[in-house]
Amino acid sequence: MAVPLECYLGLSVALFTLGAIGVLIRRNILIILMCIEMMLNAVNLAFIGFADTFKAVDGQMFVFFVMTVAAAEVAVGLALVVAVFRNRATVSVDDLNLMKW
Amino acid sequence: MIDYVWLIPVFPLVGFLINGLLGQKLSKNTVGAIGSGAVGLSFLLTVGIFLEYLKLPPQARPVEKVVYTWIASGAFQAPVAFLVDPLSLIMLLVVSGVSTLIHIYSVGYMHDDPGFYRYFSYLNLFVFAMLTLVGANNFLLMFVGWEGVGLCSYLLIGFWYEKQSASDAGKKAFVVNRIGDFGFLLGMFLIFWTFGSLNFREVFALAGNFPVGDLTITAITLCLFLGATGKSAQLPLYTWLPDAMEGPTPVSALIHAATMVTAGVYMVARCSALYVLAPISLTTVAIVGAGTAIFAATIGLAQFDIKRVLAYSTVSQLGYMFLACGVGAFISGIFHLMTHAFFKALLFLDSGSVIHGMHGEQDMRKMGGLKKKMPITYKTYILATLAIAGIFPFAGFFSKDEILFFSLVDGHLVYWGIATAAAFITAFYMFRSVFMTFHGEARWDPHVHPHESPPLMTVPLIILAVLSVVGGFVGFPIIEGLHVFRDFLAPSITPLKAAEHHSVTFEVAMMIFSMGVAGVGIYTAYKMYMVKPELPDKVVAKFPTVYDYVYNKYYVDELYDATVVEPIKDGSNFLWTGVDDQVVDGAVNGSAGFVAWLSAHLRKLETGFLSNYALAILLGVTVIVGYLLGYVG
Repeated sequence: MAVPLECYLGLSVALFTLGAIGVLIRRNILIILMCIEMMLNAVNLAFIGFADTFKAVDGQMFVFFVMTVAAAEVAVGLALVVAVFRNRATVSVDDLNLMKW
Repeated sequence: MIDYVWLIPVFPLVGFLINGLLGQKLSKNTVGAIGSGAVGLSFLLTVGIFLEYLKLPPQARPVEKVVYTWIASGAFQAPVAFLVDPLSLIMLLVVSGVSTLIHIYSVGYMHDDPGFYRYFSYLNLFVFAMLTLVGANNFLLMFVGWEGVGLCSYLLIGFWYEKQSASDAGKKAFVVNRIGDFGFLLGMFLIFWTFGSLNFREVFALAGNFPVGDLTITAITLCLFLGATGKSAQLPLYTWLPDAMEGPTPVSALIHAATMVTAGVYMVARCSALYVLAPISLTTVAIVGAGTAIFAATIGLAQFDIKRVLAYSTVSQLGYMFLACGVGAFISGIFHLMTHAFFKALLFLDSGSVIHGMHGEQDMRKMGGLKKKMPITYKTYILATLAIAGIFPFAGFFSKDEILFFSLVDGHLVYWGIATAAAFITAFYMFRSVFMTFHGEARWDPHVHPHESPPLMTVPLIILAVLSVVGGFVGFPIIEGLHVFRDFLAPSITPLKAAEHHSVTFEVAMMIFSMGVAGVGIYTAYKMYMVKPELPDKVVAKFPTVYDYVYNKYYVDELYDATVVEPIKDGSNFLWTGVDDQVVDGAVNGSAGFVAWLSAHLRKLETGFLSNYALAILLGVTVIVGYLLGYVG
């Protein structure tokens, strides 16, 4: 039984939007990182949906790439979070305003 | 030996390099020996070349020696090359000979000066430049020497640079000379534009094709003469020379009496082929020369600084030389240049000896009675004074008499009248300086103990005194064929007209008359300063206004200050505070200020909140994607 493309894309859009909103409104870096993961997975879902619908493996290949990148990003991101926490004793982005003018 | 003519300026250059670079580490005796030795070698070589030149057959003369091609650009060729002809040989002999004596004298005079090695390196550099100037075979190399002597003049006038007046005088000399050099440059450009060459012989050969009175030639010669008035301190650019007396006295003797200031006369004589084609220029030269001769002489009447008297006398004598050139008697001008180099160098060295013996006193009112204390200085000074006054048989008599003679025969009665009046004044003020300095009662301060100078200084004095006495006999007038100077120099000079034969009676009458004039001048000085010392004050009291003008040098310096210096200063001030500070700096600072103002506002965008940046990225992506979907997709 084939799942229609609209379902894939609908779920993907919903996930991506939630992720984006999370990145924008949450203050905890860990949560923001998780939201970014969610956005990446929403994109993955869209790739899978297209691959399934058009019977092409290209989409699935891209998913692997994205997962690899995501894994690397999390590794670096978490390491940064640990380093920041050691220095500033906080993980709230509002307190990390060194880039301010 | 003539092939090694290029070595003549090289010796002093080497001396300059050694003394300038290593002088601090060498002993004073070594520095003095190197400085004097280098110039002495040049003199010996010049003598050797001179003797060899005399033996050359006429068709082998003159000799041109190219050392190397300095600039070659299309048709423009400027080699470093030397022209050996009678005129340059005479100049080389005079310059290197007098320089050698003055170097030796300087060893004694400057002995206690901390800048001893600096002094000798400058002096050597000067001799190098001067020998280049007179030896060059083209205008450009001559100009190199011309500028070189100007630089050394500046350095040596301001030698005691910690003294404000000395450094001011140096700057004044430099700036005034710039005005003249500008004329020289323009003349040189015009020459190249007209003749396509800067080589003396090529230019003068081509000049023969131009008619008399040609406008271009007139312009060239007038421009060159402007250069000469600057370098040779003629009206209206003479004001720097009296101030140049701030330098050490041997420098005044060498640069500001015997050699550098005569460069203008040399240049005019060298370009005689051009000047004879330009009657207007010749008249200008004659008028400026005669005017300067009388003008400077009258100022010399009322000066009390012994060096300033000599300085104004130098300006006046240079005027004579230009007067001679102006009436076409170029050889007489050069003749006077030579004899003047002897006796004026001697006068300056004597005054240096007096100043040395008086511990730096230069005011003649505080001298007097030095005759017994400084016998050698006194005797040589008397000889030089007789020479400059034009008394037979001293050197100045022959040359000055020739100039007076030609200014009447080839010139105009007015020239002759002015020159004769100047001769009278010269005799008067020169003997005034003799009587004030050496005769009468001693007026010096009690703590001053005048003494004769050491032999290192007196020996050059004696040699120059001998030259001042016999130097004129090379140009013995009246009897044809005895004027060896004229015959030797003739190939280098283009005469204004064919030589005329004048009656011997007339010549002798002229001589007796000019000597009579000088005699009256001397007698007047004797009367006023020896017999009735109260007379000068009475004369002053009788003509207070005239005296005020003469004493203050006709207020020419003040006039130049008001009409030239101050307006230039005001203009420069405006350019500085108005244009530079406001416009140029305003534009630069304004653009910087605008960027700073803009950034101050723009940086508010950098809030430091991560979510703001994320939102900006998201919005940006949305806009780009929307654009791609709307227009591309």
